[in-house]
Amino acid sequence: MNTQTGLTDNIAVTLQKNVPGRQKLIRTSDITQALGFIFLALCILVALFFLGSIIYFITSRGIAVISWDFLTEVPRRAMTKGGVAPAIVGTFYLTMGAIAFALPLGLASAIYLCEYSPGSVVVNIIRLSINNLAGVPSVVFGLFGFAIFVKILGFGVSILSGSLTLGIMALPGIISASQEAILAVPQSFREASLALGATHWQTIKKVVLPTALPGILTGVILNVGRVAGETAPILFTAATFYTRGYPDSIFSEVMALPYHIYALMTEGTHPEVQTQIAYGCSLILLALVLAISACAIILRQRQRIRYGS
Amino acid sequence: MAPEVKISAQNIDFFYGKTEALKNISIDIYEKQVTAFIGPSGCGKSTFIRLINRMNDLIPGSRVEGQIMMDGIDINHPKTDVVDLRRRVGMVFQKPNPFPKSIYENMAYGLIIGGIRDKAFIEQRVVNSLKRAALYDEVKDRLNDSALMLSGGQQQRLCIARCLVVEPEVILFDEPCASLDPISTRKIEELILELKKDYTIVIVTHNMQQAARVSDYTAFMYLGELIEYDRTEKIFTVPKERMTEEYLSGKFG
Repeated sequence: MNTQTGLTDNIAVTLQKNVPGRQKLIRTSDITQALGFIFLALCILVALFFLGSIIYFITSRGIAVISWDFLTEVPRRAMTKGGVAPAIVGTFYLTMGAIAFALPLGLASAIYLCEYSPGSVVVNIIRLSINNLAGVPSVVFGLFGFAIFVKILGFGVSILSGSLTLGIMALPGIISASQEAILAVPQSFREASLALGATHWQTIKKVVLPTALPGILTGVILNVGRVAGETAPILFTAATFYTRGYPDSIFSEVMALPYHIYALMTEGTHPEVQTQIAYGCSLILLALVLAISACAIILRQRQRIRYGS
Repeated sequence: MAPEVKISAQNIDFFYGKTEALKNISIDIYEKQVTAFIGPSGCGKSTFIRLINRMNDLIPGSRVEGQIMMDGIDINHPKTDVVDLRRRVGMVFQKPNPFPKSIYENMAYGLIIGGIRDKAFIEQRVVNSLKRAALYDEVKDRLNDSALMLSGGQQQRLCIARCLVVEPEVILFDEPCASLDPISTRKIEELILELKKDYTIVIVTHNMQQAARVSDYTAFMYLGELIEYDRTEKIFTVPKERMTEEYLSGKFG
């Protein structure tokens, strides 16, 4: 015991002797670290401040008009009375349509890119193109959707055209997220499956996809949530200022929350009332998008618990 | 009373791109015997046994020359059904790799992908295989729990049981105890000795004592070459090659 303490003391002494000015060095780096930490904390606070103030601002101005009737009634008297139910329903249909289109397509693309031709030049070019697609401005997607779906394919201004346009916009994000989730499946799972005599496709279907599913769904939800609030892509492809009732087929044009806000703020004859309703709509849209994100977070959390990571 | 040859490799060369990982390997592996591959890291032991169930097919840019015959079938022949081959040659990996599914689902996997739907039959096979792998008593009350809840040693025995379900003829063990504690290691070794009554076993190991304990034949490899291959007691007592002797006595490796 004694000898050991002595030994430790000796080492400590040697260390101090060998590194003169060590104390000072530690102090400077402490100060730098503290400054760095404060700076980073401030950055987070600023970001949180903006997020918080957006939520507060929209809620405080929008909450006044929210009522059961506002959520369930059709608009009346040139949009100054009644509710915005058709816009909520329209946004819901457009979002579901976008998922129905983008999920299978994005998932299939990701499977092909990861499992069937990894590392080739063609795949790298495709990957680069997909990433570039993610950078295309939304209004350009809107114009593209108008040209292709509304005009050339003749779907008209409709839920179908709008869903397809939104879907294409969500596609790059969905493909990237699915790729990440698929690549995160340990190679050892694939080996175990193949070594048991499974074919490549069985391995994908029964081991890779179930393991990657929570990650894929998280990616899909986040990306669809992002496009659900977009105005520009549906501006020329799906949205209309006012409908008397609810859409009756995928070829109907619809009201949608983002476009409705835009319309309330730029058209009509009662700006004060309309502005209030616009805040109400913003609040609903914000709540919808946050709810969608919350779903993604819960899914991701459940996945973490399952794999104990 | 020399045992029968199960697998026969003739002049095997294996390339990762331009790197030659295996050089002119010829070896006979005997039926219902344990054959151990020893040698320093990177000598090609794992690469060689992965040729037997063609797991190296997964490596892009790899190429094999020479011939490996199992029961008169050319393993690398383009017409050989690799799915059938892998059912006949099971594999247990270095790190236990149960699927993130229940214990039962892990066990039934090999049968279900083989198109078997008869639930009673699957259940019987699952229970029998778990018993053979000496795991049944530990897991019988929690077959529906996640396999990831098991300890490392139990996971590895589950992986062994999982590969028994499809009734292979050969089982390849790629350093099966590398990540296990001594007690789990002993259980796996006992299991290997038990399994060799019915299966041809090939094991790669870094642990020379392990090779001495479990194997009937030992192959010593170095830098992609097969230096010496003989009955285990001969390799460990009267090796013919100086390099084998030096490796076994810890002079390098």
